[in-house]
Amino acid sequence: MPIKIALAGNPNCGKTTLFNHLTGANQYVGNWPGVTVEKKEGRLKSHDDVIIQDLPGIYSLSPYTLEEVVARNYLVTEKPDVILNIIDGTNIERNLYLTTQLIELGIPVVMAVNMIDLVRKNGDRIDVKKLGAALGCEVHTISALKGEGCIEAAEAAVKLAGKPRTAELPHVFTGSVEHAIAHIEESISDKVDPGLLRWYAIKLFERDEKVQQQLALPADLARHIDQHIADCEKELDDDAESIITNQRYTYIAGVVAKSVAKKRAVHSLTTSDKIDRVVTNRIAALPIFALVMAAVYAIAMGGTPISIGTMATEWTNEVLFGEIVPPAVEGFLTSIGCADWLVSLINDGIVTGVGAVLGFVPQMLVLFFLLSILEDVGYMARIAFIMDRIFRKFGLSGKSFIPMLIGTGCGVPGVMASRTIENDRDRKMTIMTTCFIPCGAKMPIIGLFAGAIFGGSTLVAVSAYFIGVAAIIVSGIILKKTKMFAGDPAPFVMELPAYHIPAWGNVLRATWERGWSFIKRAGTVILASTVVLWFLQGFGFTDGAFGMVEDNNNSLLAAIGGAVSFVFAPLGFGTWQATVATVTGLIAKENVVATLAQLFGYAGEVSENGEEIWGLIPTHFTALTAYSFMIFNLLCAPCFAAMGAIKREMNNGKWTAFAIGYMCVFAYAVSLMVYQIGGLITGEVSFGIGTVAALIVLAGMIWMLVRKNPYDGKEEQTLKASRMEAAR
Amino acid sequence: MKTLKDAKVGDVVTVARLHGEGPVKRRIMDMGITKGTVLKVQKVAPLGDPMELTVRGYELSVRKADAEMIELV
Repeated sequence: MPIKIALAGNPNCGKTTLFNHLTGANQYVGNWPGVTVEKKEGRLKSHDDVIIQDLPGIYSLSPYTLEEVVARNYLVTEKPDVILNIIDGTNIERNLYLTTQLIELGIPVVMAVNMIDLVRKNGDRIDVKKLGAALGCEVHTISALKGEGCIEAAEAAVKLAGKPRTAELPHVFTGSVEHAIAHIEESISDKVDPGLLRWYAIKLFERDEKVQQQLALPADLARHIDQHIADCEKELDDDAESIITNQRYTYIAGVVAKSVAKKRAVHSLTTSDKIDRVVTNRIAALPIFALVMAAVYAIAMGGTPISIGTMATEWTNEVLFGEIVPPAVEGFLTSIGCADWLVSLINDGIVTGVGAVLGFVPQMLVLFFLLSILEDVGYMARIAFIMDRIFRKFGLSGKSFIPMLIGTGCGVPGVMASRTIENDRDRKMTIMTTCFIPCGAKMPIIGLFAGAIFGGSTLVAVSAYFIGVAAIIVSGIILKKTKMFAGDPAPFVMELPAYHIPAWGNVLRATWERGWSFIKRAGTVILASTVVLWFLQGFGFTDGAFGMVEDNNNSLLAAIGGAVSFVFAPLGFGTWQATVATVTGLIAKENVVATLAQLFGYAGEVSENGEEIWGLIPTHFTALTAYSFMIFNLLCAPCFAAMGAIKREMNNGKWTAFAIGYMCVFAYAVSLMVYQIGGLITGEVSFGIGTVAALIVLAGMIWMLVRKNPYDGKEEQTLKASRMEAAR
Repeated sequence: MKTLKDAKVGDVVTVARLHGEGPVKRRIMDMGITKGTVLKVQKVAPLGDPMELTVRGYELSVRKADAEMIELV
């Protein structure tokens, strides 16, 4: 049986760096079962029988956040052989708070005080012996960034693995609390694992609901325990949860006072503070932020001369998947005597479809690289700090801004960037709304109609962005008031980590991990969907016989499009061509223009914004139906690649379906209102069922926007009640 | 009752008590804001909310709505 070391520590304590240093390339990255919390596992370098399990970065073992619940369930039920607890030496007080909880789990703990080089540079001194004695565990000092002492700390953990604890647990709490805990321990000693007795007792004292449910104690025993807790609460004039937290911190303050000698006065300025004075300055913060984002955007997906990302992507699209791969594949397939249909499937279906998606990879790698730097340096937290005020207005937090910004380039990395949002509800809502922003691939659609119908007016593009932003705001407000997104307000209590020079290894690894997950998807979801569409587009019935069709007007896709086009009739574009174009837009949004060209009988090659068919468009669309069609295609389900990203980030089939369904319904509602109400004004549509439906939708939307949040009142009342109690 | 929401930039204040309950309160406590903790208000974000505090030697951002739950001495 391999030894399992659990790596635990606060966010920003250097855990990732240490994990990478200890495991090298031997990593497995996945998700914890059922949740989108990343799970990383790896083998200790040159110790094949030692597995290191990286736990999510957490501040506490409270039952309230997903990461904390995942971590504590793992520690309690899977029982790793030893815990390696990483502590940021420059921020020791808060880091030790988690340690006081980890040592209660009955698993041996080795403390690794990280960033010891910085501690020394600051002129501070940590007395390792005193620190270890006060917490009853072995302490090592390391610098994960420089690789100093890491292997030694891991080997010390290996030595301790599975050994029972020898040192007695420190008495963290005061007399009456320890007394109550001892009573609880006594009354549940036959019901829990002896190693976890103290942990369970403390959790019961805290009235931890998850533990109460798990143990399901008989009512009289629960009442008996509650009496002990109530006595303590009365004596100390506070609630049990606060008592425990307060006393842990009091104990730590005592330990730190004895074992850490700080050179600097507590409130003096560090380099990080000085940077922050400029970067989050009240006046300069927003302009600086705009500059940083403009630079990231320009380098990753801007114009060709500056943007490395765009140049690489253009090369992949035009040269690699344009001039090199397809002829080579075709040549090879013909030479081995493949059937025509198979050549077509592989070249027109798979190579073109997957190639179109892989073309985005270089741009995305550049983007991910730059974002990883911003993340690693500590700037992301500042962006959230600056933008929070705006986003909380519609139920999101400052952290939702990054995905949306990236979404203007491509929805896929946009959705993936939502990972940095810890709060589950905020993250889900961000995933659901990010794709409303017009991405790069939607620009040709806008260009086509702006040029063909609106005389090239730039207002069309501006209105598209405006509608995208409005869709996010409206959705935020509406969804916030639904049961799914209601509940306790998400705490936005966020650490602003000290700035530091990026750890390049981490940055490159993060870039690659995100890029690779995208490439993998191109090989699965996208591959499958392109094959299906290729089939539907290329096959059909001609003269009663089924086979490959030359003219795709006869294809199955055309037949299906014709059959379902009635759905879009109330939106003004119920033709099979528009329907099919919408469907092919699901492969990649830029397909819409080419499909329309093809279906309207234009034989030649079309440029990106379809200039060649501008003359044909007015015969099929009026200004109003064109606008309605454009809005629907901008807001409805994104391309398969983005849907794949949504599925991965939601990590739940129901939520994925809900997100995509919501987008489609929302798009339909908006287009319906635009066409029906707009048409009534211009005289294009006469008053009828459609108009009534549109008015009902409009009224419903306004009602959902302005109604009082039905889930709001409860918390205010409890807050008021506790205030009144405090006043007494 | 004076709360953290009323504190000005540059103020050094002491926590008297925390109000509210559930996840938000626990999170605030877990981050080290407990009875008797000394906090310094570093700055307020460009748009007026949230605020940045120095707590136990590190920087923490808290929304004003949550700061209202923190009663000061």
